[in-house]
Amino acid sequence: MFPHSWKLIMEQDINITIIDRDGVKHQIEAPTDMAMNLMEIVRSYELAPEGTIGICGGMAMCASCQCYILSETELPEMQDDEEAMLSEAFDVKENSRLGCQIQMTPEMEGLEVELAPES
Amino acid sequence: MITTDILIIGAGPTGLFTVFEAGLLKLKCHLIDALPQQGGQCTELYPKKPIYDIPAYPEILAGDLTDKLMEQCKQFEPGFTLGERAETIEKQEDGTFIVTTNRGTKHQATVVAIAGGLGSFEPRKPLIHNITDFEDKGVEYMIKEPEMYRDKHVVIAGGGDSALDWSIFLSDVAKSVTLIHRRNEFRGHLDSVEKVQELKNKGKINLITPAEVVGIVGDDKVKAIVVKQAQHIEKEFEVKCEHFIPLFGLSPKLGPIANWGLEIEKNAIKVDNSLDYQTNIPGIFAIGDVNTYPGKLKLILCGFHEATLMCQSAYKIINPGKRYVLKYTTVAGVDGFDGSRKEAPKAVVKAFD
Repeated sequence: MFPHSWKLIMEQDINITIIDRDGVKHQIEAPTDMAMNLMEIVRSYELAPEGTIGICGGMAMCASCQCYILSETELPEMQDDEEAMLSEAFDVKENSRLGCQIQMTPEMEGLEVELAPES
Repeated sequence: MITTDILIIGAGPTGLFTVFEAGLLKLKCHLIDALPQQGGQCTELYPKKPIYDIPAYPEILAGDLTDKLMEQCKQFEPGFTLGERAETIEKQEDGTFIVTTNRGTKHQATVVAIAGGLGSFEPRKPLIHNITDFEDKGVEYMIKEPEMYRDKHVVIAGGGDSALDWSIFLSDVAKSVTLIHRRNEFRGHLDSVEKVQELKNKGKINLITPAEVVGIVGDDKVKAIVVKQAQHIEKEFEVKCEHFIPLFGLSPKLGPIANWGLEIEKNAIKVDNSLDYQTNIPGIFAIGDVNTYPGKLKLILCGFHEATLMCQSAYKIINPGKRYVLKYTTVAGVDGFDGSRKEAPKAVVKAFD
């Protein structure tokens, strides 16, 4: 019998597009098996300077990871704390979400987002 | 002039633990923080949230961690300059530094330890075109002296805990309190939300939602604010007030420290992690979340380690040539600057009959 390889059961990376605050488009691969959220993906690829994103660490308490969802991708429903934070944030649009509240899942293949301005 | 051995910029967990480690080496510390209380992010952003990676604490609330750090360092009698931001630094001929705050308070020390976390917390200002014209003329982004609102008409904007808590507090002080928020829902501790509801029912807080402040009226002082309310039909009206307090949270900025001639990378201060976390300017150290080096992790426990090593170097700068070896607190005890002494109880030496 072959030993069970963990790689075989590892979930696939997904392809997503992130437009940074300078308008530059980045096509990147995001792991779906490391419990990473969109804010952490942006940080891991250094698409926004350290200290300007994910300031509260991902508690939906600062809106520094606000982004605009450009694709039709189905996303987890907004929870109360995210909605409350967005109601206090600046530059909020209809399609605003907090990146830290969006966990990467295989269903999000093709997701396209734009980072909101720093505030 | 406040004089001390180590001047610490930032009274968060790393800064507070520095006081303890420095105290063991008989070095005195003074701390400056832009926030009005100790604890940094831990008390400002998430005092009621648990932290799970403090060694030996399976779970501790961020606010409790701050309290315990304060208790641990209190016998070393740290001084505090709170609610002021370190603005400038000047090296003196005798090798010491003078750090001046935005309020003009001067501090002199041989060693400066920057434990500034993500930077100093600056209030987030709402996008109202003429708001800067009224700063300190009726517009305040932080409440420092609640007494200045006594018998005044006050408008607070915001939907979080600080907007709720200050509305409650000022409803007893001010002549009138109006709370304006973009939504009908507020986010805060349940008891604060309930209390505001109760005060609203009693007519002690005037609630306007969902609405936004879009302008300020006045000549050299705030006379009224312009509110845009969006319920059913959109309408604009004025609310007379002497003070307008927008409370939209705080956002950390590296601020004036960025102009001190320190080497900066990724919004953090580069330090020598092979030795003592000193910056490119001898005598100035950077510890905790504010520094960067290869492999840096922004964790409280890493800040504690960095603070400990930094103090050893500070000792050598402050006491050149003086001998010292590391002592264990279990063996040597802890002698406070306040005359207190903590020590391990002596073992009983006694023969059995």
